[in-house]
Amino acid sequence: MSTRLKTGGQLIDRSEKRAFTFNGERLWGYAGDTLASALLANRKVMVGRSFKYHRPRGIVAAGPEEPNALMNLGEGGRFEPNQRATTTELVTQMTVASQNHWPSLNFDIGAINARFARFMPAGFYYKTFMFPRFAWKHLFEPFIRRAAGLGRAPVERDADRYEYFYAHTDVLVIGAGVAGLAAARVAAEAGLRVLILEQNPHAGGRALVDGAPINGQPAAAWIAAETKALAAMPNVTLRLRTMGAGVYDHGYVLGYERVGDHLAPSAERPRHRLWRIRAGQIVTATGAIERPLSFAGNDVPGVMLAGAVRDYASLYGVSCGDRTVVVTNNDDAYRTALEMLDVGLSVPVVLDARPEGGGALADEARARGIRVENGKAVARVIGGKRVRGVDICDQAGEGAVLETIACDCVAMSGGWSPVVHLWSHCGGKLTWDAENAMFSPDPSRPPLGADGTGMVIAAGAAAGALAQDHALMQAHEAGRQAVAALGQSPGKATAPSSDAVAIRPILPVWTMPQGADKTKMAKAFLDYQNDVKVSDVRLAAREGYESVEHTKRYTTLGMATDQGKLSNINGLAILAEQLAAPIPAVGTTTFRPPYHPISMGAIAGEARGDLFKLLRRTPMHDWHDANGVDWEPVADWRRPYTYLRGGESKQDAVRREILNTRGGVGMLDASTLGKIVVKGPDAGKFLDLIYTNMMSSLKVGRCRYGLMCNENGFLIDDGVVARIGEDEFLCHTTSGGSDRIHAHMEEWLQTEWWDLQAYTINLTEQFAQIAVVGPKARKLLEKLGGMDVSAETLPFMGFADGVLAGIPVRAYRISFSGELSYEIAVPAGRGLELWEKIHAAGQEFGIMPYGTEALHVMRAEKGFIMIGDESDGTVIPQDLALDWAVSKKKADFLGKRGQMRSHMVDPMRKQLVGLETLDPQVVLPDCAHAIEGKTPDGRDALIGHVTSTYYSPTLERSIAMAIIKGGANRMGEVLNFPIGGGKVVQAKVVNPVFLDPEGARQNV
Amino acid sequence: MCSAISALNGASYSGAVDVAETGLRGMITLRGDFASKDFAAAVWQVLGAALPAQRKTVTGKAGRVVWMSPDELLAVVEYGAAPKLAADLRTALAGQHHLAEVVSDARAVFSLTGAGWREVLAKGAPVDLAAQAFGPDDMRRSRLGQVAVAFWMVDDQCCELVCFRSVAAFVFDWLKTAAAPKTLPGYFQ
Repeated sequence: MSTRLKTGGQLIDRSEKRAFTFNGERLWGYAGDTLASALLANRKVMVGRSFKYHRPRGIVAAGPEEPNALMNLGEGGRFEPNQRATTTELVTQMTVASQNHWPSLNFDIGAINARFARFMPAGFYYKTFMFPRFAWKHLFEPFIRRAAGLGRAPVERDADRYEYFYAHTDVLVIGAGVAGLAAARVAAEAGLRVLILEQNPHAGGRALVDGAPINGQPAAAWIAAETKALAAMPNVTLRLRTMGAGVYDHGYVLGYERVGDHLAPSAERPRHRLWRIRAGQIVTATGAIERPLSFAGNDVPGVMLAGAVRDYASLYGVSCGDRTVVVTNNDDAYRTALEMLDVGLSVPVVLDARPEGGGALADEARARGIRVENGKAVARVIGGKRVRGVDICDQAGEGAVLETIACDCVAMSGGWSPVVHLWSHCGGKLTWDAENAMFSPDPSRPPLGADGTGMVIAAGAAAGALAQDHALMQAHEAGRQAVAALGQSPGKATAPSSDAVAIRPILPVWTMPQGADKTKMAKAFLDYQNDVKVSDVRLAAREGYESVEHTKRYTTLGMATDQGKLSNINGLAILAEQLAAPIPAVGTTTFRPPYHPISMGAIAGEARGDLFKLLRRTPMHDWHDANGVDWEPVADWRRPYTYLRGGESKQDAVRREILNTRGGVGMLDASTLGKIVVKGPDAGKFLDLIYTNMMSSLKVGRCRYGLMCNENGFLIDDGVVARIGEDEFLCHTTSGGSDRIHAHMEEWLQTEWWDLQAYTINLTEQFAQIAVVGPKARKLLEKLGGMDVSAETLPFMGFADGVLAGIPVRAYRISFSGELSYEIAVPAGRGLELWEKIHAAGQEFGIMPYGTEALHVMRAEKGFIMIGDESDGTVIPQDLALDWAVSKKKADFLGKRGQMRSHMVDPMRKQLVGLETLDPQVVLPDCAHAIEGKTPDGRDALIGHVTSTYYSPTLERSIAMAIIKGGANRMGEVLNFPIGGGKVVQAKVVNPVFLDPEGARQNV
Repeated sequence: MCSAISALNGASYSGAVDVAETGLRGMITLRGDFASKDFAAAVWQVLGAALPAQRKTVTGKAGRVVWMSPDELLAVVEYGAAPKLAADLRTALAGQHHLAEVVSDARAVFSLTGAGWREVLAKGAPVDLAAQAFGPDDMRRSRLGQVAVAFWMVDDQCCELVCFRSVAAFVFDWLKTAAAPKTLPGYFQ
């Protein structure tokens, strides 16, 4: 059993107890505990069930590489699944539940899967669920979905807040172990800005447990002093609890700061902060991860990484078992044996797979009375939910049992792999270091920055310098290199020094014992989280999977939430062995960010609720809000769809607004219309190129409707252009088009037509624009007074500057409704004032504001097109019978060439028509398709679709527009529109101008 | 008597820094050829300022002149003075290709007051806001979260930011969130 030791634990504060619950049971730990150390202290060794076979699983590691101890954490709005116990700091009143079992952790029905393990080999899903085809969707997938999955998905809205922070630095050091500190010191002394990220709540890394004296000081003292000294420098920032999550192009790095996870929940403080960092040079001092050994039963709870066993003892004062058998292929694991002795626990035996045994540490172990067996291995682990003992065998053999030793903990070490993830994210290459049996960063092939030179430098164990003395020297050099890369002088300081320890080389051991048969290797787990065994990788190789990437996907090796931190190297070594290929020839799978999962909240940042998406408001927004508005999103704007009065329906409100406008006077907030001023000697020439029709011939003081197309000839925007002066035009765009069209104009001016003298400014927001529309509009404006708005002075398609109700305005005689209409532009700061004055003065004329739906119906009654309704990116002006607005005289304009292509002049293109349903009260559904004849395979042939459809209260009948194949020559035909449920609506093709085709109403 | 109102009518918030919509502010967008001596002379004559260098502002007699692009300036002046100054610029630049427009009402201006303004902005703007990289008279056209903004340093304790008028409420909400008490990361010490 595991338990808390009487004394010890560098990181815990025994004066502060913290209570928490695990699967409903009340437990407690100390301040400074991780959830994993607290669970172990409470004798909870088994903490979960595996994904596929539901085997009992225990804590294996003490850091982010942990594959098993994933928990459902928290409750309600703070519930989160798949939280790693080893990286979760213990917080008072924490609620923890284990995952992936039913009905309970101790008794799990899914464990029956393990009985059938031999029937669930690699590629099981692919092989089993191919046939019959329907069975996947209806039988296999629902069953697997129920059985699979780790944690529960949160149900409630996240109660916490999150944010981003953009930081720039000269040197970014990731990892504040001794290597990171040494590298940071060099850069800091050179006067550079240095940012150090450390994922743990404390600096020091492995040296807190394994460190030899540095510069004559005990490692922990040196770390404390160095950390303090660095933090005191004004150019250095050290962020604890902040993980370097990913390295991207151009020195861009994501840092994941857990601001509040270790504190009581707070609505104010952000829980996580995502650092978006630009660094001149990145030093990855990310340490190394210990590898498991592949022996039968290496997943039984109580089998742990040797480094983790001594971490729990040294850092948290936790014993993982009274009797710890150490099994290793390298010298490092002897530290665990020595640590166990130091804290008063037993080590029955150290099994060293190397025939010649270990170096100085092994000698020390022997000298302290520990039994050391060279050339020996674990044949199998005895135990189910807990280790009870190990069978010992020769590593060289097939596993014949020499002896059985009782124990309750197995500390294994298969060697160490440098954490090369961050080095590799952006293309840093690796080399196989055969002497140390590991992949290390190749300093000659680093990830390259914008200037083609290296932007990442690996330091310390992450660079392959596993011994502390090497790591310090190497990291110091890495710091100097970073300084030099930034064009600074690194100074003369020397590297911190530390004594060398005589080490015997590692023996690569990929299977234990080396001759283990199939039965044993079917119990030797590589990937604990996805239940991938040595036998699975061997099978994949036999079935022809040679690429490591394919093998990964076929077996799911390394595809779990730990991303194969423990399993990748072991897995690919076994693949190489099976393929009889050298390990470097097989290579690694791709390392992708994030290094360790980060919260979805951190990725979203502040963008939630009101800040999720920006919202644009006109100057009259609040007035609409206070006057019964029913909003409609239009691009990023909100526009009034209609204004509701009393208990009326939206439909009734729209009808009222239309009839009131056609019969009296209405007002519309048209502020969202784009307004782009274009000025310069070549302004006319420029607009002739941008618009399909001629703009340079427009007279000063007059307006003209224009169309814009892209190079392919397709319609992209429309609007009214006013000529303000000889060399100045104001171009109105659609509400959704103002930014896009302004960018379009600037792009052509800056990249293609840079010889044209024309400047543009987007004035959309400088002006509020109010449309006063209806037969009584003129009377109303005359009442407001200040300028002559008569037909003589201000005729249709003219504009004039003046004053209305004491406010300077520009009034345009333009109409989108077919009525007498003035669009009045006013500086936005006085928009609301003018709106209210018009509204007040209009009361005697029965004025009502109207919304976008009334606007749409009225324009459809007039057969005016709407960009985005009648156009969809595949429509040219000629399709919409707008040939009159496409110049035949101009030498060139955007779209001219495209519109000459054979397909564009095909008379059977879809063309705009009006539609009158045979039953005038039936309104066609939007986008209803017309059918005619059959396709070669016997389906109804589609000939076009409805683009706008409304009930017209003016005409008291339904009206619609559609684009129909060859529509221009179908006048009078009756078309069939199936609308589902066997129903067909019939409609007659008519002229799309339903109301006042001669335009008499607007031209008064 | 001018009764114009600014986008948020001077709304303010006090948190880790003080956030305030500054009310009406005159602004003129001026486009022209910076290399032309006549252009520089006109700016000097009307605004009393030299041309600002790239990403810089210059304080002149009429107000602050902000570099916006290689051929665009923003003059930040008294609200009431903007139309006259714009007209004067047009007069002074008559005969050479230019465009001067009053844009006072197209924008909202916010001030961030307090030592933490750098950190509030750095929560949304991908800009190096350390003192050695962003100092007096520096400006940036950038973004705040999803919204286009420009900002310039007034002094150690204050920064001003402009955005389009339609997004003023959104930007104010954003700034209030970013400037909530006890949320500054403490990176710029």
